[in-house]
Amino acid sequence: MGTLADLINSTLVFSVALIFAALGGVFSERSGVFNIGLEGMMTAGAFGAAIASYYMETDGGATTSSPWVGLIAGVFCGLVFALLHAYATVSLKADQTIVGVVINILAVAVTLYLVKIIFDGAGDTAQLEQVFAKWPIPLLSDIPFVGRAFFNSYPTTYIAYILVPLSAYLLFKTPFGLRLRSVGEHPGAADTVGINVTKYRYIGVLISGALAGLGGATITLTTTSNFSHSTISGQGFIAIAALIFGRWNPYGVFGAAFFFGMAQALRNFLTRFEFSQSIPSEFLYMLPYVLTLIVLAGAVGKSVRGPAAAGEPYDPSKR
Amino acid sequence: MNRAADIFNKPSTYIPFIAILLGLLCGGIVMWIGGYDPFAAYGALWNTVFGTKYDFGETIVAITPILFTGLAVGFAFRAGIFNIGADGQYIIGMTAATFIGLKVHLPAFIHAPLALIVGMLCGALWGALVGWLKAYRGVNEVISAIMLNWIALYLSNYMLRDFLVKKGEQKTPNIDETASLSIGWLKNFMNGARMDWGIWIGLLCVLIFYVLLWRTKQGYELRAVGHNADAAKAAGINIKASFIKTMMISGAFAGLGGVFSVLGVFHYQVVQAASAGYGFDGIAVALLGGNHPVGILLGAFLFGGLTYGSSGMNFEADVPTEIVRIVIGSIIFFVASHGLIRTVIQPFFKKRKSRERKGAGMNGNVG
Amino acid sequence: MEQAVPVVELRGITKRFPGIVANDAISLELRKGEIHALLGENGAGKSTLMSILFGLYQPDEGEIRVNGQPQAIDGPGKAIELGIGMVHQHFKLVQPFTVAENIVLGIEPSKGLSINYRQANAKVKELSERYGLMVDPTVKVENITVGMQQRVEILKTLYRGAEILIFDEPTAVLTVQEIHELMQILKRLAAEGKSIILITHKLKEIMEVSDRVTIIRRGKVVGTVNTAETSESELAEKMVGRRVSLDKPKPPANPGEVVLELSGVTVAGADKGKPVVEDVSFSIRAGEIVGIAGVDGNGQHELVEALTGLRSLQSGSIRLDGKDIGHAPVKTRIKAGMSSIPEDRQKHGLVLDFSVGENLILGSPEEDRFFKGGFLNKSEIDRHATRLIEAYDVRTPDIHNKTRSLSGGNQQKAIIAREMERDPRLLIAVQPTRGLDIGAISFVHDRLLQARSEGKAVLLISYELDELHRLSDRIQVIFDGRIMGEVDPEKAGDDEIGLMMAGKKQAGKGASS
Repeated sequence: MGTLADLINSTLVFSVALIFAALGGVFSERSGVFNIGLEGMMTAGAFGAAIASYYMETDGGATTSSPWVGLIAGVFCGLVFALLHAYATVSLKADQTIVGVVINILAVAVTLYLVKIIFDGAGDTAQLEQVFAKWPIPLLSDIPFVGRAFFNSYPTTYIAYILVPLSAYLLFKTPFGLRLRSVGEHPGAADTVGINVTKYRYIGVLISGALAGLGGATITLTTTSNFSHSTISGQGFIAIAALIFGRWNPYGVFGAAFFFGMAQALRNFLTRFEFSQSIPSEFLYMLPYVLTLIVLAGAVGKSVRGPAAAGEPYDPSKR
Repeated sequence: MNRAADIFNKPSTYIPFIAILLGLLCGGIVMWIGGYDPFAAYGALWNTVFGTKYDFGETIVAITPILFTGLAVGFAFRAGIFNIGADGQYIIGMTAATFIGLKVHLPAFIHAPLALIVGMLCGALWGALVGWLKAYRGVNEVISAIMLNWIALYLSNYMLRDFLVKKGEQKTPNIDETASLSIGWLKNFMNGARMDWGIWIGLLCVLIFYVLLWRTKQGYELRAVGHNADAAKAAGINIKASFIKTMMISGAFAGLGGVFSVLGVFHYQVVQAASAGYGFDGIAVALLGGNHPVGILLGAFLFGGLTYGSSGMNFEADVPTEIVRIVIGSIIFFVASHGLIRTVIQPFFKKRKSRERKGAGMNGNVG
Repeated sequence: MEQAVPVVELRGITKRFPGIVANDAISLELRKGEIHALLGENGAGKSTLMSILFGLYQPDEGEIRVNGQPQAIDGPGKAIELGIGMVHQHFKLVQPFTVAENIVLGIEPSKGLSINYRQANAKVKELSERYGLMVDPTVKVENITVGMQQRVEILKTLYRGAEILIFDEPTAVLTVQEIHELMQILKRLAAEGKSIILITHKLKEIMEVSDRVTIIRRGKVVGTVNTAETSESELAEKMVGRRVSLDKPKPPANPGEVVLELSGVTVAGADKGKPVVEDVSFSIRAGEIVGIAGVDGNGQHELVEALTGLRSLQSGSIRLDGKDIGHAPVKTRIKAGMSSIPEDRQKHGLVLDFSVGENLILGSPEEDRFFKGGFLNKSEIDRHATRLIEAYDVRTPDIHNKTRSLSGGNQQKAIIAREMERDPRLLIAVQPTRGLDIGAISFVHDRLLQARSEGKAVLLISYELDELHRLSDRIQVIFDGRIMGEVDPEKAGDDEIGLMMAGKKQAGKGASS
């Protein structure tokens, strides 16, 4: 049992970043905008966290507040790229997939360019001394199994615990959520009752950027402790997979991201065991993508359908 | 369905040129902010590309893969499919060619063509998977292709690690000399630049792209599906088969890109943590090239030149090579957001615009 | 003349689109509590005018006054604020949302931060009962009938306190029974003091329900008349601009051998549910036009798709000239002599981004002629196109022009040219005059009659009873996927057909057994 608890615990480390980014994807796609650019926004977030924390450390010495500043900076950097995405796809009605690809190219290029300038040509940032430490939650962490698995984790994990139900509440219980979803399903209907389609799509994309940035920052501040070209390599796409696998629902996304995170955790975890040598790690890496394809192809149950208007720029003259 | 066609059917051919200028301008501003001299940097870029025979040859080496992936993306676009999966098809084609190049031993006249054809076919099949999922399972091709890109990467790594690479190493041994598609005399002529058959087959593919799409019955049908799948279906065209055919041809183009990277340029393959992204550059190339084979060729020249030239910028002007990725990203951004360009340059094109409007007015459908 | 200030006054509204003046100095007054019909042909500018009143478009010139005050209506939000509501022809409903969610969208009652669903449901229920609309607020819109969806649209406007209601072609998708109920609802709304603008081109509805009529032709107001002082024929003449003599008698039919024979045709519904076409049997002989009457959505689409090969049969057989083609691919059917004019010409009939010439060979059975050895035979394609646009009077500057640049009427002519040129045995025409003006309508009708006199079998599917009466030799009435019976257009009145279309009465013979 202890081993399983440990596996869940380390799964959470991998999953939380995916949960954030995929939750972001929920808001964006529910508002009608495909966001292939989650990867780029995560990259921006990871970069922002590394740089901001680095400056906090060099200027003020390592303090426990510096990762928090990094986290906020990560959110901010994600927002910058999300703003570009929203401007192009919503205001200029550019193709959402292409803009997503652009965001991914630009985010990597701009962040590495800046890293090389700041660190004199080096391809990665300095190792941070002060990153997040695990916070055991008093009382809860003492619960057998559950405490060890879920309540002895990084602060970001607890943020995820809050954000998932909060997102579900926002989307399904509030006027804001109803309007956001209406814009993603039938922008013409929303428009004719006076809902500002542009505004809600901007909000959807910006939330996705903020959350993807949070996800990227989480990786820097809990896993890698610095930023390089390989800090974010594919997590944004696994988040998209989790988004689909979780059927555009925050709780579903939590489950899917947890599951995909476990595939990654399992890789490190299995090295403890003899038999693990016979399982090529590549297959564990592949798992999220293969499963998502299977789900999409409708091999299990009904094939899934996203928000009806996602992917289409809204053209009022065609309403 | 019409989306792919819509992206490219903008009548304005001036947009790519303005986008290129704006992209270079963005790059210049970013360099200036970073404390570099943009003029020196762009000068260095030009010199690198056109400086020596060797450099020009290596520029062509940089052009070749994105010419193939550009053709792959452009062809699929014309037939109504957004092939974001050229990356995976490229990797699969490359890995298959490596496998044949290493594990099969045959005389040269058959070994190289076999490796080429197997690589191409494997790329085609990987592409066909996207087409099949779209045709028979209704899976959005963008999503399935993204998934398949990563699956391709890991599948390739698995193949390399378990079958082709010696334990502890990250790259395969060189392929058999008999499987090489390098052109020795041209290599010597270009002072050692890694010249191969890739660019020539690429040019042939440009021609094939054109003839196939605009001169044959098959192409007529694929274009009909690309523009309006419903009408094509009602006219008796098998659109499911069309999706699969399109993706096979597209995947074959992308696969060829991977084939030449191994058989022509490197002669070995490396285990990678992430893909080199040629498929995504292919999207950029196709978009810039207006989805026309000649445009794609020009687009590949530009982006290939920029990519190879970035090393010179780094060497001579000390600018990080990422600057070129910023330039390329900006160019696609401006092409995709042509609305922005239109607004900015509207004053200069007022006359033209009013003429366009008049023309469009003939069909004003007012209800 | 009148004492009270009109609730809406449009003064000199002009709206130009590139190359066309959609509304040319239109003025109109809506009085409180009246039902004011807005009559005009397709493309006359009715919808544009109402889109301006609802804030979807901005007028280039002119003034809108609401309750005497000049107003700039810059968006639907502003229109709603002024008490204007619109029931759109294509419903603006979010399918996966519930009825109540759709109605309260944008002005949700809340409790703290949450939506107060209990209050929303209660309010919708109360409103629905007050106007006799009888909708259940808690069901999802995707699960209710079209007629119910329209009521949800009406409730949306009432919930927002609309005093001025615009109905855009509200009866196009309704059954006869539903139309009748809608007319009652309109009268009830007017009696409650709501002012209603009814956009339509159906004269009968206008005569039944409206107080006044404004007729628009080519973007201009022809006149406003009191309904009580006019007649259908006068309105028709004003709408078209000349005497309408569409009722020219057709030559007597001269039916020959059976060309198309359907027996027990059944088409499965989505997810293997209830069949959407059930046990349909009838035949068409050479030289006759058989009409299918029915309200949109009663299986016509599916029946046509099963005929043309776009949808598979669950059971039954389709014979063309005795040959079973029930399971043959589209191409085989075309080669066997089947032509079709689809309902949605832009979606199913043409590739708009192809040249006119390319469209004229779309689906052509003569593959050897246009494709030599797998390659396009450009000169033959051009020759073919040049001849056809001449013969069928397709107005295009050039055969290499994109088909998108043609007017709707000319696009339809191009399809007819292509399909007729194949000299088919069977011509299937679905709503062949939808969206066309009178001139083009009469062209299409003439061509269908010509096909008939040439000895082709013609299947005509239409939602317009007038059209069916005018052209058909026999009419099959379809309801809920089943043929209710066959009627003789010479003898049967609209009432009888209407009842059958609503599934009320089955004719003695021809019903499925």
